[in-house]
Amino acid sequence: MSLYALLIEPFAQYGFMQRALGGLALLSLSSCPVGVFLMLRRMSLAGDAMAHAVLPGVAVGFLLYGLEIVPMTIGGLFAGALVAAGAGAVSRYTAQREDASMAAFYLISLAAGVTIISLRGSPIDLMQVLFGSVLSLDDAALALLAFNLAATAVLMIVFWRALVAECLDPLFLRSVGGPGGVAHFVFLALVVLNLVGGFQALGTLLCVGLMILPAAAARFWTSRLTTMIAIAIAIGMASSAAGLLVSYHTALPSGPAIVLCAGVAYLVSLAAAPRGALMTRLRPHRHRTA
Amino acid sequence: MTDTCVTFADLTLGYSSHAAVHHLSGALARGSLTAIVGANGSGKSTLLKGIAGILAPLSGRVEIAAGARVAYLAQRSEIDLHFPAQVRDLVSLGLWQRRGLFGRISADDKARVGAAIDAVGLAGFEDRDLDTLSGGQLQRALFARVIVQDADLILLDEPFNHVDAKTVADLLRLVRAWSAQGRTVVVVAHDLDLVRAAFPLTLLLARRPIAWGPTAEALSEANLRAASHFSEAWRDDAPWCEPGPGHDQHDHDDHDHHHDHHRGAAA
Repeated sequence: MSLYALLIEPFAQYGFMQRALGGLALLSLSSCPVGVFLMLRRMSLAGDAMAHAVLPGVAVGFLLYGLEIVPMTIGGLFAGALVAAGAGAVSRYTAQREDASMAAFYLISLAAGVTIISLRGSPIDLMQVLFGSVLSLDDAALALLAFNLAATAVLMIVFWRALVAECLDPLFLRSVGGPGGVAHFVFLALVVLNLVGGFQALGTLLCVGLMILPAAAARFWTSRLTTMIAIAIAIGMASSAAGLLVSYHTALPSGPAIVLCAGVAYLVSLAAAPRGALMTRLRPHRHRTA
Repeated sequence: MTDTCVTFADLTLGYSSHAAVHHLSGALARGSLTAIVGANGSGKSTLLKGIAGILAPLSGRVEIAAGARVAYLAQRSEIDLHFPAQVRDLVSLGLWQRRGLFGRISADDKARVGAAIDAVGLAGFEDRDLDTLSGGQLQRALFARVIVQDADLILLDEPFNHVDAKTVADLLRLVRAWSAQGRTVVVVAHDLDLVRAAFPLTLLLARRPIAWGPTAEALSEANLRAASHFSEAWRDDAPWCEPGPGHDQHDHDDHDHHHDHHRGAAA
């Protein structure tokens, strides 16, 4: 098989592959930077929990309107916001930490979501909601991803300084009257927005993979924030393309293939990157005088 | 009142209704240099947070002179050293009060950041990752951020902890320079010799103010002994503080301390 047939032909020949690639490129551009901040705020697992939290909202949209992207998205946004705010409120007003309240909320959400879908749908519907159907992105789904990218870019640019300051030195930001609380809320909104944006492509369970894995991999390559974001986006896009090709040639499900490719990128970075586990061990024994 | 920078009016600060700084009244004169001294848990950090506006009073008021810019340097543990940022980024945070969320960072601002980094002796460290700095270098960078903040009131919480003698001397020079420039400086410090040598005024705290005035008087044997007699632990069943009709009638017997509502004199 020629290199062309291996890498280019699937995208050149099939519209659904082009749509999938375009949609995932939009998703990488918006959710990878959010993933970088999620990781730097030590909220990677909270992101995973919130991805589960989206499910019951999506399920209610599905129950009422079937597999329609707009009602399912609105339902997902609503449920995600509710759980993020709920978990935040529990940790703020009770002695329980946010990880415990987040876990409680997402377990309830996951069980509720699966139950609601089973009321009407088939196991195939459930699989599609949980793991996505990137090969069937329609115009509405692509438009939604474009809107998601625009909203993410605007919010991120506007609140950039506050997001950075809130991560680096939150107490300083408070001492100068900066909008730390607002920045945190905006950030949670960005996470929910991107998780919901990604569920059509990768499903509610896997969309967080394209958010966290490229970010975690990028951390091994650089200690510059903007470079880290650029690397995360590049890894996200490359994993998307690679995953689609693997899925095309081997007939494996596309969502898991994409997240697995991002996983490979993570493991390679862990081993080979300058700040990864292997390279920091293998540094030459020579040392500088100062 | 134009020569007053901060006024405390029967200020009580604390956490979940337990007082950590109890009934403080007095004023900090503009351009004064004051040390806050006291044992662990005596309310020093709490008082700085109260002045900085991070902690709302349980009762009473803190008043800052209108238009005064405040710089607050917390104890270092609050900073995420693993965040991918360099010395220049940390120091540039000091521009926040001037530039906020949207203001353009001008070439002039960048020059000020560079000059501040030079002034604390960190020239050449601009691009160093924060997690590679020593404790003293980090403290120098944070002082550079205070320089950039260009504040009228500077609050430093234990800035000399965990730094070597040379760094203490350098940082102290900066503190003196700020004071000489007419800025009001308040420093929480533990080293009494250093306080006696470098700070004209001292507030001695043991949750309530024990003494406040010229350092030699505030740190007298008697005052230090009085300050050492206070229980650090909160008591869940501590009686409620019920203010009487006048401000100075708080001498209930059921209190675990005296209420002599100290009025600080700021020279």
